[in-house]
Amino acid sequence: MTANTQEPIIILKDVCKFFGQFQALRNINLEVKKGERIVVCGPSGSGKSTMIRCINRLEEHDSGTIIVAGRELTGTMKDIDAVRSEVGMVFQNFNLFPHLTVVKNLMLALKLVRKMKKEQAHEVAMGFLKRVRIPEQADKYPSQLSGGQQQRVAIARALCMNPEVMLFDEPTSALDPEMISEVLDVMIDLANDGLTMICVTHEMGFARSVADSIVFMDHGEIVEMKPPKEFFENPESDRTKLFLSQILTH
Amino acid sequence: MNLEISLILESIPKMLTGIGVTLQLLVLASLLGLGLGVILLLMRISGRRYLSFPAFIYAYFFRGTPILVQIFVIYHGLPQFDIVRESVFWILLREPFGCATLALTLNSAAYVSEILRGGYLGVERGFHEAGMALGLKKHHRFLYVTMPIAIRLAIPAYSNEFISMLKATSLASTITLLDMTGVARTIVAQTFAPYEIFISTAVIYLVMTTIFQRGFGIFEKLMSRHVKQ
Repeated sequence: MTANTQEPIIILKDVCKFFGQFQALRNINLEVKKGERIVVCGPSGSGKSTMIRCINRLEEHDSGTIIVAGRELTGTMKDIDAVRSEVGMVFQNFNLFPHLTVVKNLMLALKLVRKMKKEQAHEVAMGFLKRVRIPEQADKYPSQLSGGQQQRVAIARALCMNPEVMLFDEPTSALDPEMISEVLDVMIDLANDGLTMICVTHEMGFARSVADSIVFMDHGEIVEMKPPKEFFENPESDRTKLFLSQILTH
Repeated sequence: MNLEISLILESIPKMLTGIGVTLQLLVLASLLGLGLGVILLLMRISGRRYLSFPAFIYAYFFRGTPILVQIFVIYHGLPQFDIVRESVFWILLREPFGCATLALTLNSAAYVSEILRGGYLGVERGFHEAGMALGLKKHHRFLYVTMPIAIRLAIPAYSNEFISMLKATSLASTITLLDMTGVARTIVAQTFAPYEIFISTAVIYLVMTTIFQRGFGIFEKLMSRHVKQ
């Protein structure tokens, strides 16, 4: 199955976003097809997070068009919750519900959004905890887990909703160095399973090995979008060259 | 002067006959105040001005005036209106117990709504966002994510409010109710020994306060079992 022949699952067309006077996104155009893995990188403040947060409407875009799984995101739409339930999101700070155990963090949306019975939700949740290799922590509270474990739980929580696409917002940036690889390993597994993902990250090794395309953003614009090999070896823009020289020197 | 220990020992059991009224006032006003406080909170955070503004004004008045004055207004003031005496609320308002409960409830609700709002505002934005990202509906997010976290944050302040309420019930004695303080005043009128009797009263309140504080401490620990020690 080649991804290229399919309809895009996410379409961003001329998307602009302002925070007051500050323009966070400038005419963003992006199409993501089913099974595609996109890595978004760029300097801080370049609009990477804002862009993916617009895709599940944690931020509202000011102009342009965003279509997710065939539905356009507008200010008047009634079922934004339905769209959100098809888009998984993993946050930099995990944002696990602190008052619920690990397994209940996963079960909450399964019960309330997917309307599963308790037993069924538990079974599904445990299945996904196994997938992120952490089933033995099911009955602990998030605060009792390490950062890497918490982020794996957060991935499982998003994943168990069986989303069409997963958004990762700097998933390893808040982690201690020794925990980064356990999270990246899980993400590489997911990529290999054909999950559609858009990942904001500075992990260039991860980008090189799993991404179909790398999007480079600066000052709210997409400067360049290329497959990893070309991106690293043959960047067009000076801004990309500068960015790469800054992050790859050390 | 001499402190008559025997008088203290004798009067304590008598005063305990008023503990029922004290506890009834406390429990009724706290529960009703909590209910009304939650409604006020919902109005306050609704984001709709025609709801949030009245809730703000309500808290402004009830927090800005003494409970004793509120009790007097309700007990002495309201019955002067025919409309009140002819309404169904008269059953409640013609009794001092009803008036005291009403005043304490209204007062408590104002504080509770502010305490809960403090907890609500203390909930990190990331938890709301995680709920949104999962597709949870607004009311589900509120019930299953925001409120449990907000309640834990609000327990210490609420425990203070509850204990303030316990002490505020003593004001009911000014409108003829025989709560613990009311009973104490009656005993003082008979024995002319205000020192012994009121000291004993204070001790009983202190014991009750201690018990409630412990209770809330345990509750807080229970609600915080997930927080890293």
